[in-house]
Amino acid sequence: MQPRCHSFPENAARALDDVDLQSALGRTTAGFPKKRLEGIATLPEFELLRDQATRIREHVLDHLDWYLERFADRVQAQGGTVHWCADADEARAAVLRICREADARTVTKGKSMIGEEIAINDHLEAHGITPVETDLGEYIIQLRGEAPSHIVAPALHVSRPQVSAAFREHHADRDPGRPLETPRELLGEAREVLRDRFLAADVGITGANMLIAETGTSVIVTNEGNGDLTQTLPRVHVVLASIEKVVPTLEDTSTLLRVLARSITGQEQTAYTTFSTGPRRPEDPDGPDAYHVVLLDNGRSRLLGGPARSILRCIRCGACLGHCPVYAQVGGHAYGWVYSGPMGAALTPGLLGLPEAWHLPQASTLCGRCEAVCPVRIPIPEVLRHWRTESWRQGRPGGAQRLALKGWAWLARRPRAYRLVTRLAARALRRAAGAGGALRRLPGLGGWTATRDLPAPEGRTFLDQWRERNR
Amino acid sequence: MTARERILAAIREGLGRGALDERSCAPLAAHLDDPRPNRLPAASRGGREALLRRFVAKVRRADATLEALPGIDRVPGAVAAQATGTHTVRVAPHAELEALDWRAAGLDARFGPATGDDAVGVARAHAGVAESGTLVLLSGPESPTTLNFLPDLHVVVLHADAVVGAYETVWAGLRDAHGAGSGFLPRTVNWITGPSRTADIEQTLHLGIHGPRRLHVLLVGADPDEASSAEA
Repeated sequence: MQPRCHSFPENAARALDDVDLQSALGRTTAGFPKKRLEGIATLPEFELLRDQATRIREHVLDHLDWYLERFADRVQAQGGTVHWCADADEARAAVLRICREADARTVTKGKSMIGEEIAINDHLEAHGITPVETDLGEYIIQLRGEAPSHIVAPALHVSRPQVSAAFREHHADRDPGRPLETPRELLGEAREVLRDRFLAADVGITGANMLIAETGTSVIVTNEGNGDLTQTLPRVHVVLASIEKVVPTLEDTSTLLRVLARSITGQEQTAYTTFSTGPRRPEDPDGPDAYHVVLLDNGRSRLLGGPARSILRCIRCGACLGHCPVYAQVGGHAYGWVYSGPMGAALTPGLLGLPEAWHLPQASTLCGRCEAVCPVRIPIPEVLRHWRTESWRQGRPGGAQRLALKGWAWLARRPRAYRLVTRLAARALRRAAGAGGALRRLPGLGGWTATRDLPAPEGRTFLDQWRERNR
Repeated sequence: MTARERILAAIREGLGRGALDERSCAPLAAHLDDPRPNRLPAASRGGREALLRRFVAKVRRADATLEALPGIDRVPGAVAAQATGTHTVRVAPHAELEALDWRAAGLDARFGPATGDDAVGVARAHAGVAESGTLVLLSGPESPTTLNFLPDLHVVVLHADAVVGAYETVWAGLRDAHGAGSGFLPRTVNWITGPSRTADIEQTLHLGIHGPRRLHVLLVGADPDEASSAEA
């Protein structure tokens, strides 16, 4: 998908005016913190496991080359194939090559953020292969021609009537008079339609929550069972994964799995956690004949040595999205690309570059809720500040905003001037506000006063009062 | 330079070092050859009875149903009671299940992988994990993976003595049985915790989307009173 991060301010403004989106966000985002608290209440050791999970992920990043080689060797030893891809182009080409070798006409897909990152669906379609998303949320947005708005709940922004409308439009061979309003009816229809797709597919593509170096295994964590049908029924199973997903052992994987689902849905484990190692064995009655892992770098190796490195610890639980006040207001699409919310604002500039994505780290109050709930303790506000500093060096923001910030910086480093200016400003504002005590409009801050009044300072400045009371 | 070498070189450049020397690799390799558990939660510890009770409670919390049976011979009858509207059931081709008298329970048992038309699948679990009520199923000639996902009703036979506290116990058992290092895992290991579910419509949880709508566990060799007394 073509990134639109550069127009974040416009995207966000549109999102705030979108009545449907606002009601969807209001209905859904409030639930995540409660679910997480219920989930961690079942595990008194949660904080300690977060520490261990953090150490495991840091250790992997320190030795990423070694673990990746070990993982790849294990995959190959068990009859699988690893495709090393430096960027999205190489990954797309690798997937297309695998599909062509399998004479594939249709491909089913489990949920994969790497699939979104390399826009694999468009590429397959352009080459005459039909990709079918099978995760219910991904299927809904595929029908609607949209991108996911949440890394775990891709159709969070869609209402039930909108799902119904999409099904009526795209399942045109079904009785137009059928009832299709209740969740049961919608689920039943999706199950029937996709069941045929599962059975007909030639290739199944899934993502990977983790790759295990010890055994050469890929892991998917799901609730619907679509990922398992996707990777069990077709002749070929393709795993899309980025290089930082590797984990040393099954034991380390188990530790991470104890904190992953709890952090977002509150589940102790999701309904289905599946460990896949190579293709089916000669004596197996089912399973795919071939197993491919497409390993994608796409700029991640560049981040390893820099201040944004900690974002590579991310295990994509989605807790930071579920707790972010900014995400809760604008939703995922405003971020303009695949990853949204705090983790998106921290990762996207590293993958797409600041000229495209510099707005995302600005869209934060640095309140720190994301860091407080991250199961691998990523200091997201620190990463965002790093991107802001870099961005400033590159000349963004520019114009009046830059001038204002420079002016403030000049003032803030000169205490006498600062005290004088704030004293004068407080007095001027008070006078301008008059008897009402509030300003309805302020030149240069029209955006801020458009929806609220600015309360005028009531007395003297803080510093003046501080000095007086300490006397 | 191959793609693999290019990416490894980029990683090493990012990390600001060359390839690891033998001395630095040794502890990493040792860790993989002899993996140790990290911190195990208290919920994974306890005596046999406590673990069984916890397992039963957690299975039910995950929206599955569970029934304790005194012996394996009671399995066909229990399956028949669950399989409403059909007499045909697809059963894992495991010797223990093949030896049962399915006809006496009024069932037409067919052994092998599932097709898209099977309403009922009967599988046999390798283990149950008490800390989360998770079933562990291993793919193999006696255990087709499709049985776990295609049928509407998924019945899983689990021996009570295969219930353990933590996932790590299962991994260690597999290494002991097949030797650590490479190749001790089957093609597919399924952890199953409750039936298929989705929250993709307005973030409200609904059971039964692509996988089984119902998951019913038959706990064989457990005291039925003990299982039913488990606090949910």
